[in-house]
Amino acid sequence: MKALSWAYVTLLYGFIFLPVAVLVLFSFQDGRLPVPPFSGPTAKWYGQVLGDRDLMAALGNSFLVALISSGIALLLGFLAAHALARHRLPGSVLMRGLLIAPMTVSYLIIALGLLTIFNRLGLPPSLWATGIGHVVINLPLCFAILYAAMGDHQKNAERAARDLGASEIRVLWLVSAPMLLPPLLAAFFLSVTFSWDEFIIAFLLTRFDVTLPVEIWSMLRSGLSPKTNAVGSLVFLVSIALLLVMEFTVFRKAKP
Amino acid sequence: MTAAVSVQGVSHSFDGFQALSDVSLEIAAGEFIVLLGPSGCGKTTLLSILGGFITPTKGHVLIGGRDMTHVPPMSRPTTTMFQDYALFPHMSLLDNVGFGLRMRGQGRRQRDLKARDMLAMVGLEGKAASRPHELSGGQRQRVALARALAVDPDVLLLDEPLGALDLKLRRQMQDELKAIQRRVGTTFVHVTHDQEEAMAVADRIVVMNAGTIADIGPPARIYLSPTSLFSANFMGEINLIPATPTASGIDTPLGAMPLKTVTPGPHHLCLRPENIGLTGDIALGPARLTDAAFFGTHHRCHFSPLAAPDLTLIAHLPQTARPEINSVLDLFGTAPVLLKVPT
Repeated sequence: MKALSWAYVTLLYGFIFLPVAVLVLFSFQDGRLPVPPFSGPTAKWYGQVLGDRDLMAALGNSFLVALISSGIALLLGFLAAHALARHRLPGSVLMRGLLIAPMTVSYLIIALGLLTIFNRLGLPPSLWATGIGHVVINLPLCFAILYAAMGDHQKNAERAARDLGASEIRVLWLVSAPMLLPPLLAAFFLSVTFSWDEFIIAFLLTRFDVTLPVEIWSMLRSGLSPKTNAVGSLVFLVSIALLLVMEFTVFRKAKP
Repeated sequence: MTAAVSVQGVSHSFDGFQALSDVSLEIAAGEFIVLLGPSGCGKTTLLSILGGFITPTKGHVLIGGRDMTHVPPMSRPTTTMFQDYALFPHMSLLDNVGFGLRMRGQGRRQRDLKARDMLAMVGLEGKAASRPHELSGGQRQRVALARALAVDPDVLLLDEPLGALDLKLRRQMQDELKAIQRRVGTTFVHVTHDQEEAMAVADRIVVMNAGTIADIGPPARIYLSPTSLFSANFMGEINLIPATPTASGIDTPLGAMPLKTVTPGPHHLCLRPENIGLTGDIALGPARLTDAAFFGTHHRCHFSPLAAPDLTLIAHLPQTARPEINSVLDLFGTAPVLLKVPT
């Protein structure tokens, strides 16, 4: 029985991680093509990646877009969640529904919609446009996480802060936000990860300056190369790093 | 600091439910007032109106002579000690207690000094750096008190502050609350449903029932000579004997008694169990003991009067008595109160 369950776990994780493992393995391939048999290892592809000015620029763009758009999505999501959790507003059920709705729409549709609107407004495709797109997809996520985390416990502390003379902004900044730090960090890091990996919106809404997934896609058009694997491995490494940061800061603290 | 509070004709309703109907109340500066009543009587609503968390549908609230009816909590000279303490879990005790001073723009050094003083006053001087979750219930309660008093409010509002503590700690905190109130001189308005707690701390008790004030007065007056049947019942166990006024006094199922009523119509003769015994001012006639239990400080006895076997009288006989079931004893009452039956 025990052997069986171990076999099951091995199979499950194998299924999930084998593609990634293969990707990482062949990024060390000493040859022109990332296909078996494996020869190497060599780190020359990583050297090429790090020396590639376009790739590094795209990497920087990705970071910038991810951090700024996630920050904005987090702020808007927090304010919306606080308002809807604390105040009785007319049509609050409808507002909640509309805030979460973009989550159910495919990224392609959102990207096409934004492209049309930006065209009409005369806003050319750019990193800013992509950032706005990422706010659109991450705001529902931040809102949903934070709305679920708002409890009566914080409500009473907020009431006490008001009673002691705190203005509404100071209540939010000094009491509500610090008490919600774990879900705030979780929402932020998830947003960063989603924005970091996002391709379709970035593809349709950028032109000259592109994000990393778009740059990788244009590399793929010129055929398979271990260099692409090396970039992919780096992207994966960043995601893993974010995950570890979250595990050690957010979830560790959340447990009393 | 301290200030008088004046509640003038305050009414409030939530979604059609009348929580308070035309309540008026004058509280002197430095007084310890307890709002006492069963749940749903409007006592917490009245406290929330004083704190500014609820704006009454009708009426005015004056604190220190100024109209505060529409002033939000942050601008009122009141602070509240909440039932669940509502401490800030992410701040040290020092920062918790200093929070109100910080909101008033005091610098760190100045507010830390004051916060340390306040923590010392409640006996927690060594815990300034601790977080609320490291404390016991009683300690959290003290921090909440220190935090509310740190800003020198004119009026401190206490919302069932002792509700979550066990009995022994509650009695101890009652004494401390009273002592601290005397020391700081702030007006305290305290809400509870525990009449013993009310009597232990209050200068005056306001008994509330169904959104109105049933009785106001010092604890002894409220307990010994209640002015309403509701407060007579709520303050503790009481025997109610139907009484009809006659030319010479009253007529009761236990016989005529030479007691005068002020108003005509049917009355209740009210006697506390500890005021019925084997000696006293008014004769209640012979009664059969049907049940008895030893309560430590007294024997709690059920009597069935021979003149009216349907009536049950509850009496507290002294510790030294040896009540025997089915024995017939002559009972007497002291400190009788006559209250008109509400129509």
